Formats: sequence, C-alpha cells, structure tokens
Amino acid sequence: MTTFFASLRIALRALTVNKMRSALTMLGIIIGVGAVIAMIAVGSGAKARIAEQIASMGSNILIILSGSSTSGGMRFGSGTVPTLTVDDAKAIVNEIPAVRYIAPNLSGVSQVVYGNQNWSTVVNGTYPEVLEIREWSLDSGRSFGQQDLDGATKVCLLGKTVADNLFGGIDPVGQVIRIKKVPFTVIGVLAPKGQSTWGQDQDDTIFVPLTTAQKRLFGMTFPGMVRVITVQAKGPEYMNEAETQITDLLRQRHRIQPNQDNDFSVRNLTEVMSSAEQSANVMSLLLGAIASISLIVGGIGIMNIMLVSVTERTREIGIRIAVGAKSRDILLQFLIESLVLSMMGGALGIAIGVAGTFVLSAITQWPTLFSIQAILLAFFFSGSVGVFFGFYPARKASLLNPIEALRYE
Amino acid sequence: MEPLIQVKDLVKVYHLGEVEIPAIQGISLSIDRSEFVAVMGASGSGKSTFMNILGFLDQPTSGQYLLEGISGERLSRDELAEIRNRKIGFIFQGFNLLSRTSTLENVELPLIYAQVPAAKRKEMVKKSVSEVGLEGREHHYPSQLSGGQQQRVAIARALVNEPSILLADEPTGNLDSKTSEEIMAVFQRLNRDLGITIIMITHEPDIARYAKRKILFKDGAIVHDEANVALAAGMEREANP
Repeated sequence: MTTFFASLRIALRALTVNKMRSALTMLGIIIGVGAVIAMIAVGSGAKARIAEQIASMGSNILIILSGSSTSGGMRFGSGTVPTLTVDDAKAIVNEIPAVRYIAPNLSGVSQVVYGNQNWSTVVNGTYPEVLEIREWSLDSGRSFGQQDLDGATKVCLLGKTVADNLFGGIDPVGQVIRIKKVPFTVIGVLAPKGQSTWGQDQDDTIFVPLTTAQKRLFGMTFPGMVRVITVQAKGPEYMNEAETQITDLLRQRHRIQPNQDNDFSVRNLTEVMSSAEQSANVMSLLLGAIASISLIVGGIGIMNIMLVSVTERTREIGIRIAVGAKSRDILLQFLIESLVLSMMGGALGIAIGVAGTFVLSAITQWPTLFSIQAILLAFFFSGSVGVFFGFYPARKASLLNPIEALRYE
Repeated sequence: MEPLIQVKDLVKVYHLGEVEIPAIQGISLSIDRSEFVAVMGASGSGKSTFMNILGFLDQPTSGQYLLEGISGERLSRDELAEIRNRKIGFIFQGFNLLSRTSTLENVELPLIYAQVPAAKRKEMVKKSVSEVGLEGREHHYPSQLSGGQQQRVAIARALVNEPSILLADEPTGNLDSKTSEEIMAVFQRLNRDLGITIIMITHEPDIARYAKRKILFKDGAIVHDEANVALAAGMEREANP
C-alpha cells in the first residue's frame, strides 16, 4: 500500500511536470469518451422514441382492410371496395382463440360544429374495445358501451385536439356537437396521445358507436359494412397464428376460391415497428463503434507518450532500480501514470459528452437519452484503455538494466 | 571474525557479438567492517565493473562474491533489488538525484521501496539528513542546491537504510577541489564516528589520500593493495598530539 500511494504521488507529479503534454494526451481520450457518450445518448434516444410510438399505437395489432376494386382495368387501393362486415369481425373474435379484442371501424372525414366553432376531423364508428386495443385512456367522462351500440345512440368521444379546437377552455362533457348536422352528446374526452410514427396527430379524431356511424353518418352499401377491422392478438407469440387463421376464416366466409386473390388484406403493424426499432439499434451500434475507434486512437496516443516518457526518464528508472525498486514497483508507477491520464480523460470526456449532447439535441431537436450504465461503461472502458496501452511501456521500463539506465544521458 | 566482503577468483567477461572482452580476470580480496577503501585505476581497468558486482547491479561470470556471507548467485532480479535496498548505499559521480523532487523525498526513496511505514520513514530521513549537515535544505529541489549539497543529499539517501557498505563511484568527479574536500570530510567522519564501511572509486590520488586502504586496478586485475601509510600516520598524530 505504501508503494501504491507513493506511486500515485509520483505519477501525479510526473503528469504535472509536463502539463501541456498530459493535456494533449488526455484530449484523445476526452474526445473518444465524449463521442461514445454523445453517440450512445443519440442512439438510445432514437430507440426510446420508437419504443414510445410502438406503445402509443398499442401492441400486437393486426389491421384488416377491405378489398381493392378493379374497374375497367384500373385497380384501386385497399379499402376502396367494402367487403368486410361486422359479422366478419364477430366471427374472428368468436372463432379464433388467439384473438383478444376486435374493433371494426367505419370512418369518414366530417365537419363538426359546436356553437360558432367548427372543425374537420376523422369520425370513427367503432367498438369501445378500440380504447383497450390502443391502450388509450379517458381524461374525463365515460366511454360508450353495449347499450349505445345496440341503440345506435348519438354519443361521441372527442380526441384532445378536437376538444381543444371546438371548446377551448370549456368542459366538453355533456355538451352537444353536430356531426354532419346530426346532434351528438359528448360523453368523454380522450387523453392526449401525440403524434404517430408517421407524424399524424392521433388526437385529431372522434369516436362514435359503430352502429350510429352506419345508420346516421356514413350509410351502408350493404348491411353491417365496415372498412377496417382492428384486431389485437393475445400476445406477440400469437401474431402469426392469428394472421393465418384470420386469413383462412375470411377466405372461407367470403367464399374465395383457392385460385382467387383475397378481397381483403391483413397487415401486421408490430412488424413494421420492430423493423424500425431494429434499424435504430443498428444505427446506435454503428455510432458507438465509430466513437470507440476514436477512443482506441486516444489509447494509442497514451501509449506513444508513455513510451517517450519511459525513454526520457531512463536515468530516473535506473536510480530507482539501483536503490531497490522491484520490477513490480516500476511497472506500477508507469501503469498508474497512464491510468491517471486515461481516467482523468474519461471523466472530462463524460462531462464534455454530456454537455455536447445537450447542445446537439438543442440544435437538432433529436431525442437523446443518458443511461448511467453507458456512462459507467465509458469510464470503465477508458480505464481499460489506460491499462491496455500503458502496459507495454510500463513493462519496458520495469525491465530496464540498471547499469545501462544509470549511464543513459 | 568473518570479513564483510569476500571476493574469490572473480571473473567478468562481456560479450560484444562474437568478441569476448574480459573486464575482470580473477580477483580475490576481502574487506572488513569499518574499512575505507579507495579503488583506483585508469579507465577500462575494470574498477567500475568491480563496483557494479559489489553493488549487486551485475553478476560475475565466474568466481564468488559474498557480502555478509550472502551470494547474489542464482538470485532473481527482484531479490537482488532487495539486497541493494537493505545492504548497499550508492553514491554516484553525477549525484543521480530525482529532479523536481525535494531533498526529503530523494532521501526517502529507498525507504519507500523497503515498505517502511511513513512515521518511521520521517524519523530515519531526518536522522540521515542531519548526519550530512543538510538541515534547512529539506524542501529544496536539486536544482536549488550546489554540487556539494547535492552530493550530500545523495550521501544521505545512501545512508538512510543503514546499509552494510557505501559504494561511491567517483563521488568528487563533478566537484571543485574545495567541495571535494568537504565531501571527503563527511566520508571520513561517517567512517570514523559511525564505523560505516566505504568503498570509493576514484582516479585522483588527492582524493584517494583520505582512504585507509588503496587498491589499484590494471587490466582487470589488482596490482597494488596497501594500507594508506601517510593517512594512518596522520591519524595517529591526531590521536596522540
């Protein structure tokens, strides 16, 4: 222990003697660690935002769209021909055990009016389960229930954006708005959900009972028509099973021959999102790897300076060995010196990395996220760089021949 | 009583590629406790090699060297370091102090490697510094001290571990004659009052005068080994005025 503290003192003194050189050597590590910290913060920020968006969309969701139409050789997109019915939706939830909830949907863009305010938004006729599926809670009021569906009552739930635009500061619950000139009582306001992955405002919406939408708002070309059915599977492991079984069930119900195309399509949104998450992962890994390279370059700088230092101090090493320093004492002395360089560089690098990240995210508006693990890892890594690159020069010093070292000019 | 140093048939050969250079060719001698020996000889006579072997910095090619009955043969690098640390004090021509390091810390150096606890170190350093008369210079750096003072720091460092022998390699080589006399006075006092054994290399007869015994090296062998008659006579005169 005596020698350890003595070595530490010697190392600190040696570093203060050549302040400029020590600072420049440290700079390599500072930049390396700073870059690692900043890049990890940017990478995990991106990942966290994607995870947040996935959560806001609801998990384990399949979306069934009604079929595309063909008219005079021209093919239209999915959902242009209504082929799905409420009965399809009911059959899915009743017959496929992998499915937890369904929310059939018939929607349209309408002008909504309250007093002298008006606003154009998407009105969704659906089941109350849609709130469970999308993990959406109410800020005030209540949701609609089975009796509202059965009676096609004129009640609605407002998204935050609609509520703000129509009502301003007033509490909308209990007020009556007009959708396509039909009066609806507001029974609840949804909690804000923010933007979706593709930048759409999820709060710019109104939910009404499906039956009400069918009978009072959008009309039906055939009974029970819906355009979209949102399905939630029981868990991520049921997704593929649910997708296959839904496809089979709908083909059977729609009497589609084996050689005919589906008149609907099933989309797995989680897959889309997880591939986005994967690319975020790859990005943060890549950023981290590039930053690590600069840390290694910093380590080589330390090794270089330590080799110079050992050569310069050959005589000092000779004196120490002559008066009784063992190889271990000399090794420790130089190892501590490079460790002090790299750890101090690491600590400063963390400070600069954190500060730099704040500046970066302020300028670019990128989401960033610090984790204590990343910071500890960077610090530990900088220490390892010090030991790794300091070892060779230190060992070289510890094996010097004292006679030659004492004679060194 | 067993002599402090016993050297028998000591041979040292250096290999320079294919060429063999004999530095010491069969030396035998013994040195007792409290002797003050001057080793003289032209450069290349093998006296420095001899000192390196005496100081456990180098190993003989053949023959035997015992210090207090201990041989350096078959000892590891670290074991030799320990012997140097405990039993030998080195004094060099160029002082070889650590720069930007205070007197106290320079003197303390061997004690740190001997793992002496801090309180004990302080006490031993203080004693050693006062023995060479450097009180008041404890916190000076070598660059702030004169040559003579620097050599005194080196002597204090060599003494601090209470070694069996002091090995001095041209201790006055970098000093003017007046300072050389001062350093020699310190050597004599240490030898006379504390009974410290000193072996000193020098090529100056004036300096060798201060020793009690003179050994002359030539071509790797001892050609002269005699008591310093003049000095002995002088000391006798001092003792019986």
